[in-house]
Amino acid sequence: MKSLEELAKIKASRREALKIREGIPSATEKAHVMMCGGAGCISSNCKDVVEAMQASLAKNGIADQVQVILTGCMGPCDMGPVAIVYPDATFYRRLKPKDADAIVEEHIMKGNLVPRLLYRAPGAKEPTPKVTDMDLFAKQKKIVLRNNFYIDPTNIEDYIANDGYVALGKALTAMTPAEVVEEVKKAGIRGRGGAGFSTGMKWSFCAASKGTPKYVVCNGDEGDPGAFMDRSVLEGDPHSIIEGMAICGRAIGAEQGYVYVRAEYPLAIDRLSYAIDKAREYGLLGKNIFDTGFNFEIEIRIGAGAFVCGEETALLTSIEGKRGEPKPRPPFPANEGVWAKPTVLNNVETWANIAEIILKGADWYSSIGTAGSKGTKVFALAGRINNTGIVEVPMGTTLREIVYEIGGGIPRKKAFKAVQTGGPSGGCIPAEQLDTPIDFESLTALGAMMGSGGMIVMDEDTCMVDIAKFFMDFIVDESCGKCSPCRIGTKRMLEILERITTGKGKEGDIELLLELGNTIKSTALCGLGQTAPNPILSTIKYFRDEYESHIKENKCAAKVCEFVE
Amino acid sequence: MVACTCGCGEDELTKQLDKVIDEYRGQPSGLIQVLTKAQNLIGYLPLWVQTRIAKGLGVSLQEVYGVVTFYAFFSLIPRGRHKIAVCAGTACYVKGSKTVLKTLREVLGVKEGQTTPDSRFTVEVVRCIGACGLAPAMIIDGKDVHGRLEPEQIPGILEQYA
Ligand SMILES: Cc1cc2nc3c(=O)[nH]c(=O)nc-3n(C[C@H](O)[C@H](O)[C@H](O)COP(=O)(O)O)c2cc1C
Ligand code: FES
Repeated sequence: MKSLEELAKIKASRREALKIREGIPSATEKAHVMMCGGAGCISSNCKDVVEAMQASLAKNGIADQVQVILTGCMGPCDMGPVAIVYPDATFYRRLKPKDADAIVEEHIMKGNLVPRLLYRAPGAKEPTPKVTDMDLFAKQKKIVLRNNFYIDPTNIEDYIANDGYVALGKALTAMTPAEVVEEVKKAGIRGRGGAGFSTGMKWSFCAASKGTPKYVVCNGDEGDPGAFMDRSVLEGDPHSIIEGMAICGRAIGAEQGYVYVRAEYPLAIDRLSYAIDKAREYGLLGKNIFDTGFNFEIEIRIGAGAFVCGEETALLTSIEGKRGEPKPRPPFPANEGVWAKPTVLNNVETWANIAEIILKGADWYSSIGTAGSKGTKVFALAGRINNTGIVEVPMGTTLREIVYEIGGGIPRKKAFKAVQTGGPSGGCIPAEQLDTPIDFESLTALGAMMGSGGMIVMDEDTCMVDIAKFFMDFIVDESCGKCSPCRIGTKRMLEILERITTGKGKEGDIELLLELGNTIKSTALCGLGQTAPNPILSTIKYFRDEYESHIKENKCAAKVCEFVE
Repeated sequence: MVACTCGCGEDELTKQLDKVIDEYRGQPSGLIQVLTKAQNLIGYLPLWVQTRIAKGLGVSLQEVYGVVTFYAFFSLIPRGRHKIAVCAGTACYVKGSKTVLKTLREVLGVKEGQTTPDSRFTVEVVRCIGACGLAPAMIIDGKDVHGRLEPEQIPGILEQYA
């Protein structure tokens, strides 16, 4: 890519070809069928539906007038396989291969909807055919997931059609590196990997750091065991990560980027490496990008399954090919990161925001969200909730809106008990707090944490002591063993929890848990240990009665724990 | 020494392994990449593979062993033809991954981390495979996700893998 004009030309011609996806009927094509190809829909066999659809199109002689495209995750995993048929933007769900003929012959050829495959809101008599009218999506605001109904993740020109790489062009040709950093700072975006540190500040520290060369790193380790947002972005819109990282490269003066992705995400690795190759082919990575003398390269590094590797210092050590053990900070990565060189490390979702911020400006971005937390947040909704899947909402949306309006409430008329956010570092939020607007501050104040975005809903059949034990078990498994508060302290906490959940709990166990928990929090070496007691502390805070009935009466109200006499 | 027993002759396997090593020859930082690919090729990481990788990248065997044992993804022992990874992430746990494991234990007669005597299945527990929306879930051979599992379905699913 030599110039902005060249990019604009590709954009214009591709946009023309994709008009149908904006609802404008086309003279040559009858429809574009966007089939969700996220992990959820793939496991519901969406690929068989695609094959059936193609066979049906061929049988009816219109294969050349309809495109069937596998997209990234569209969000409503529970209804999978799902598809959107353009130009009408009709949403179909729970598709089976045998439904292909109906969609092709009724919808595409005759223009009639297929009512039995349409979405019906809970309690509604009439279906909601149009995706944009669905309550599930109406409350969402898509910045990170801006492309997930629209593009083929394996087609770089689809990304370009929706303003892709324009922000990189702008950062390279119309802004100075300092202006780029300033814009990100002004936007107020805070890191989406959990800690919520100001992204712009982080960049400015690294830009000011003396060492060379500098590095840009994407944290795609997604260690929270109940979250899959980052994976959806990597699979569904890999170019948004590449563009964000390249913009940062320009801003801080780095020429090399690394994306650290877990080995458990093979599709994400494939899609991303394909996207990197394509970006290089189009001259959007490599040497002399946009003829500005700016060079940038990206390499993928595979994470081999250790939760602690999501922690930044451990991750950077792991990139060097070593055991991913954390180090004390300072020095911070902005000064001494990979190979002890200045490094900016951000989370996948953070990266996916960057191009939009540069393109639309800090003022636009900071108009979304709350006073202290700007923009949107992607959550992975799961557990005991009707609509499981991925959602993106403005910061400040309440939990009630997410659980009941977007998530459709709790199945089988069970009573809501709590939401767990922040995974093994986070905590549980009880029903009394459902109206809390979600942002970094409010969640921390509740003893939970924004975390990376896993949101697990629990109902009356979930035992909170058992959940606390689950997270402690995870931590004991994943503690790297370098510092003793974490290695030994968490083990002791687990033993106490095991005691309580098998009916052998003793008077004083709760106090012991609190004491151990608070000590580990203040003495552990890295974030893993410092946050590990949170799930226990927060369940004691809100559900102490459950602990007490386990200990004093050998009673588990949710009937999860089995007491041995 | 463990040698390749798949019938292809160790030489062929060694050649393929060397190809993997060549990509990062002399670069210690490529260790995890090479180990991942080597394991995908051979199924596990026996001593001879680790030794060869150590030489190729210019790191000590000790360091290779240290890395292999640090990361959950790597295995020092051979695994079954099919790897069943049961998700024990939060969503799956809340929705009953315990029952899934119990059923597998009953049907296959092996626990987590073990391989059936006929080398057909290895059962493992993993954390979140990204199919939380379909909890409880398991993934077979790293690609086939089976979600919304009910204990009754499990024998039928296993039959698809010879
Ligand atoms: C134990 C532990 C695990 C973590 N896991 C992740 C993770 O999986 N993904 C992630 O982006 N950040 C994770 N983090 C946070 C990172 O250390 C780091 O703050 C983050 O990647 C920085 O990017 P951000 O500023 O864009 O959030 C983890 C932190 C700790 C202490
Ligand atoms: S918790 Fe099982 S797939 Fe995420």
